[in-house]
Amino acid sequence: MTATLTPEVKEEHRPEEPPSSRVRLRRLWDRLTPYGFLSPTLVLLIILMVTPIVMVIGYSLMDRVITAPESNFVGFENYMQVLTDPAFANAVGNTIYFAGISVVAHFVLGIAFALMLNSPILGHKTKAIFRTVYILPWLFTIAIVAVLWRMLLSPNGIVNYLVETLGFSAGSVEWLSDPSLALPAVTFINIWSGYPFFMVSLLAGLQGISRDLYEAATIDRAGPIKQFLHVTIPQLKPIIISMALLDFIWTTQQFALIWMTTGGGPIDRTEMVSTYTYKLAFSTYDFSVASAAAVVVLVLSMVLAFFYVRHQKSRD
Amino acid sequence: MTAVTAAGASSAATAPTRTDVVRRQRRKKIALIVALVLGAGFPALPIVWMVSSSFKTNGEIFEYPPRLITENFSFDAYTAILTDPEKLRFFFNSYFIAGSVTLLTLLVAVHAAYAFSRFEFPGKRIINVVVISVQAVPPITLLIPYFGLVVALGLYNTYPGLILTYMVFTLPYAIIMMTGYFNTLPKELDEAVKVDGGRPFTALWKVLIPVSVPGMVSVGVYTFMIAWNEYLFALTLTRTNDMRTVPIGIQLLMGQHAYEWNQMMAMSVLGCIPVLILFLFFQRYFIGGMSAGAVKA
Repeated sequence: MTATLTPEVKEEHRPEEPPSSRVRLRRLWDRLTPYGFLSPTLVLLIILMVTPIVMVIGYSLMDRVITAPESNFVGFENYMQVLTDPAFANAVGNTIYFAGISVVAHFVLGIAFALMLNSPILGHKTKAIFRTVYILPWLFTIAIVAVLWRMLLSPNGIVNYLVETLGFSAGSVEWLSDPSLALPAVTFINIWSGYPFFMVSLLAGLQGISRDLYEAATIDRAGPIKQFLHVTIPQLKPIIISMALLDFIWTTQQFALIWMTTGGGPIDRTEMVSTYTYKLAFSTYDFSVASAAAVVVLVLSMVLAFFYVRHQKSRD
Repeated sequence: MTAVTAAGASSAATAPTRTDVVRRQRRKKIALIVALVLGAGFPALPIVWMVSSSFKTNGEIFEYPPRLITENFSFDAYTAILTDPEKLRFFFNSYFIAGSVTLLTLLVAVHAAYAFSRFEFPGKRIINVVVISVQAVPPITLLIPYFGLVVALGLYNTYPGLILTYMVFTLPYAIIMMTGYFNTLPKELDEAVKVDGGRPFTALWKVLIPVSVPGMVSVGVYTFMIAWNEYLFALTLTRTNDMRTVPIGIQLLMGQHAYEWNQMMAMSVLGCIPVLILFLFFQRYFIGGMSAGAVKA
């Protein structure tokens, strides 16, 4: 806004002078400046983001791409194959379950921990120590998370020992290979590894809420629950919505965790759209159909992104 | 939580005396600390078990009943990892790649964020929407054509191949956060430089960047973590073990040996320590920078 004002201010000092070629060049230069600042970003995104998207859309409309020297245009045939495949529908269902439950749990744990960590009655040191402990799972790469939980959830592992000792079940439970338990188990692992991101954002948001609002609420004799519902939640709403959308988008794309814990099995109980597409491409080498699946996944993600962008824009 | 509500209810009933208030305050604090300690078990217990297992022999990992510390407590698993040049190379690769991605992302992002924050230009809205929405592009969508593209660019199995790829995923978030951060800084700051005849570039580097260090640190730590965590492209775009990163290395450890659990846990602990130090060192900046970008004034 102010940037456009500056040249006008300069002109007022010498209004009679006709613009010389140097001044005109300078103005052209000024107008190009923002594009200059953006150019590295644009070049990178065009080569490594736009190009592959165009390519994958191209692949999805052809048959026998990559594997055969010649391929033909087949229209939407690959899409028909993906969309009528019951395995794909199953993967979509699993992904929605996995991401939906993860996001809700991330939010519930995130807000509960953030509220406790933000309490004014705690000293700074105490807060810092607990905050670090609560953030820990986030500091582990997903490959480590996967290996760790494979050990913990192994039939002879510590989780089974605890469950047994507490008297909930007899014998070892195959958490990751029992068809009815595998999906809840990987969802639980994802909840464990993902809540700190939500918590940190909410903590930052809580620190941004003016204390005056709480004081006013106290004067109005609003209890802690009323304050939470009528001050905290409305104040955090923009963060909650964007975090939930972002978390949902990212969780639906989770690949490494599934790949390194269950590989999509047992049978296809934990198959996600990401592992489904990966297997089509790199296990069966059916790159055409895999590309169609990849584009379907892209379109679904873009629908979610649309809501995210609209929300971000409404905050500006 | 329950203690808090109980205290609130009693305050409405009777007029509290001074000692009552102090006592109630202390009771609240104790209840809160108990809740925090109990809650901490959720993140901490699995990690305690990871550390404990890294000091065991492989045979003791699944012993019954499980013990936290065994008589064979040793650093053998750590020695095995730290004396293996191939595994050290995984760590070097991960740090080199994540470090480069962080520096380059910040460098590119501050310029883009400066353009979004301080200029009006045709196409700004569209470019901005594109930057926000590419955050949602699934990595799996790019993967199929990517392999061919990276080979064609001569970047297969190279550091630049992975670094540039990760930047595609880290840049959008970094730009959005930095734009938000710049927007909270008064425009008079850089306008003053420009009125004095300085170019926008000077305003950015001499004025905006020095006061944006907290924001850049938080974006930097975040970027580092994304690059450090990446798995799918690291798996697909590298071929030889000397180019593999820690996440792939851990997976290789699962395949090569018959599950050396103690070594895997030791490698996990080693992989976490530097990230933990980074986080502890910068955490004040980190939470502060998050609030500036996320909350938006």
